[in-house]
Amino acid sequence: MTTLSDSPRYVFQLSMLVNDTRYRSYTFQAIALLLLIAAFAYLINNLFENLEAAGLDISYRFLNEPAGYDINQRPIGYNSQSEHLRASVVGILNTLIVAFLGCITATIIGVTAGVLRLSNNWIVKKLMAVYVEAFRNVPVLIWILIIFYVMVAALPGPRAFRGEPPQASMLLDSIAFTNRGVYIPKPVWGAGSGIVIAVFLLSIIGVIAYRKYTTSLLYSTGKLLPRGWPSLAILFVPAVLAFFVLGQPITLDYPVLKGFNFQGGLQVRGSLIALWFALAVYTGAFIAENVRAGIQAISKGQTEAAASLGLRKGWIMNLVVLPQALRVIIPPLISHYLNLTKNSSLAIAVGYMDITGTLGGITLNQTGRAIEAISLLMLFYLMISLSISAIMNIYNSTVKLKER
Amino acid sequence: MPSDIPFAFVRKEQLPQLPPPAREQGAVKWIRENLFSGPVNSLLTVLSVMAIYYLVMAVWPWLFNGIWHTQSLRECQDILQGRTGACFSVLTQRWYQLLYGFSYPGDQYWRPNLAFLLLGAAAAPVMFTELPRKMLLFTAVYPFIAFYLIWGGTIWSPIFALSGFVAGYFVYARFVAQSFAGAVGGAILAAIVVWTLGGYITNVIAPVEPVLQAIPSRDLGGFMLNFMLGVTCVSLALPLGIVLALGRQSTLPFIKLICVVFIEFIRGVPLITLLFVANVMLSYFFPPNSTVDLFLRVVIMITMFAAAYIAEVIRGGLAALPRGQYEAADSLGLDYPQAMRLIILPQALKISIPGIVNVAVGLFKDTTLVSVISMFDLVGMIRGPILAQQEWNGVYWELFLFASVLFFIVCYSISQYSQWLERKLATDRQ
Repeated sequence: MTTLSDSPRYVFQLSMLVNDTRYRSYTFQAIALLLLIAAFAYLINNLFENLEAAGLDISYRFLNEPAGYDINQRPIGYNSQSEHLRASVVGILNTLIVAFLGCITATIIGVTAGVLRLSNNWIVKKLMAVYVEAFRNVPVLIWILIIFYVMVAALPGPRAFRGEPPQASMLLDSIAFTNRGVYIPKPVWGAGSGIVIAVFLLSIIGVIAYRKYTTSLLYSTGKLLPRGWPSLAILFVPAVLAFFVLGQPITLDYPVLKGFNFQGGLQVRGSLIALWFALAVYTGAFIAENVRAGIQAISKGQTEAAASLGLRKGWIMNLVVLPQALRVIIPPLISHYLNLTKNSSLAIAVGYMDITGTLGGITLNQTGRAIEAISLLMLFYLMISLSISAIMNIYNSTVKLKER
Repeated sequence: MPSDIPFAFVRKEQLPQLPPPAREQGAVKWIRENLFSGPVNSLLTVLSVMAIYYLVMAVWPWLFNGIWHTQSLRECQDILQGRTGACFSVLTQRWYQLLYGFSYPGDQYWRPNLAFLLLGAAAAPVMFTELPRKMLLFTAVYPFIAFYLIWGGTIWSPIFALSGFVAGYFVYARFVAQSFAGAVGGAILAAIVVWTLGGYITNVIAPVEPVLQAIPSRDLGGFMLNFMLGVTCVSLALPLGIVLALGRQSTLPFIKLICVVFIEFIRGVPLITLLFVANVMLSYFFPPNSTVDLFLRVVIMITMFAAAYIAEVIRGGLAALPRGQYEAADSLGLDYPQAMRLIILPQALKISIPGIVNVAVGLFKDTTLVSVISMFDLVGMIRGPILAQQEWNGVYWELFLFASVLFFIVCYSISQYSQWLERKLATDRQ
């Protein structure tokens, strides 16, 4: 008869901290913690000694002092008497403006180029390959500078628009390309324009609802309603009706040449255009590669299976290929958006006043608050990238293959 | 009995095969299929051909009429008399400035050139595994040779730096069989002892006339600076990236936390802000009264930046390895360092090579950002000392085209190499 032997007596010995795998991990982590604390203590000690030697301290009070410098692109009210904090907010808005414009343009360029790279037209395919390689292999800073300098050098000054006959003329009498930037008509929001916009937003929701409805009808009954023209009608008819019923509340303010410069309208500065297009074209090349990889990742069997079910060519793309390809395309697409936003900090090279140009540039130089300004700057970018990664994680978990 | 119904015609012999119709063969077929297969395709072809035509018509005279030997833009314009034409003289006049910056002594250009040539020999065994493994010995010594060639000064600093590493390696090789952690700790200790001793000895024997004239870091510039930053930072970032990736995959929560925070922080901020840190903030964290030159500070920040990205690539490689590899290593009784060194990392690194090369290309392009913190790399030279001068104010296309071509050549060759490597390594998966 066997007896249950006693379990070995459990005695903790100091040597187990090194030799026993159960405890060794704690030892390592404790050592790592100590080293980290020692390193930080050393660095922070150095920091305080250096600050004391230079007669400085760490304080964020400079944010409430008047900035004393001008910003040429002001989405919100700002003058040189405003505080540094307000200058930073203007910078943040400028960053977001260029990032938003850049992301949209880059997507359009990238998707077009990516799809064209897969076309069966040899010459188009080669052209797109040249575009992608040329832009992926040259630093974006060089592209920004090329567009910036060449625009200043090649476009006519406002002076060229006067004289008989003028050397330069405005496109459609409303857009002027000058070396000081591009002047475009500015919408003026009159009374009641809010209602028009609200109607337009509602019709966007309406279009989405209509398309969802047709899809569910198709899946439940097999009946297919037309989608193209009803969507367009829902999108535009109510807004246009509202626009005219309310007596055309939204008008355009055209740029007019007065004296030596254009007055009125909206001036899109050369620095913004250079940054916007360079970032869009550069990021577009990367997006094109993603789109191509995403479409190629869908095996040919999927297309053939859809065709053998009798689906039409457009439906194969919409119902079978794209939903699967998007799952591959969208995560890197979002990280390219993030890269574009981070690359927009190159604005400082062409004098576009984004957050790096205001807080990290002039404010830093004027106040000498290097540590405070740079830490705030990093915090801002960090917040943007963390929120974008959060969005990406949510998206990834919704489109993840549902396995049983 | 012969049938009386007459057959009109019965073929008795086989016909020879006819060639396919003219539109179904050769160039015509290719053109029909690849250029004019449908109305949309034909339209695209016509549009592309027109676009190419206009582009060539615009660029060709500019290139063809290019002036190569004048002293200033004004002279170019005098020669061209209003015709379209490039003024490439700026490249010939400022060639050395573009490549080496404006203050690297002119009679010493052979030093970076030699370092560049030797880099080829050092990189070859890493890039092409067919070459004899003995050549790796030169690769290991190369950083010290290159350092001495470019900076010059006393030869004792690179020698003692190298002997520190050699001592560390011998201690590591002696003790690694007993304990990996102990061997690494011992190696670091030995290296530090040698470096400290070397520091004292260098101070005593320094006042000998150096063979190679010492050149301070601020005199480095031009494309050489981009190249040096790219090569140095990628090679330093690789080991750091491996450590970070392993740390992020670690089961020790605290180590993992440190690595995740570091990686996500670095990846979340633009490189420019890190360069600002190097420029104005980092010196606050060094001991008081110490001077760490800007080049070193920039290298530290770019290395951290690259390491975070490389760590993410390697983490992808680690995650792509089948679980069975980890379990097989465990079942053989290997401990963590052994399993990583012998089983996991060789495979994970092989998978991540294309990704690492992509990071390297991106990083090399990003070295142009140092021009923002007033270092005179290629872009910094163009924007600063060259375009600011009276003679060349206005030659934008020529200079930036030159810069783009230089970067394109380097980056495109690296990415072609990476694709070649990918094909070579993919043999086992077909």
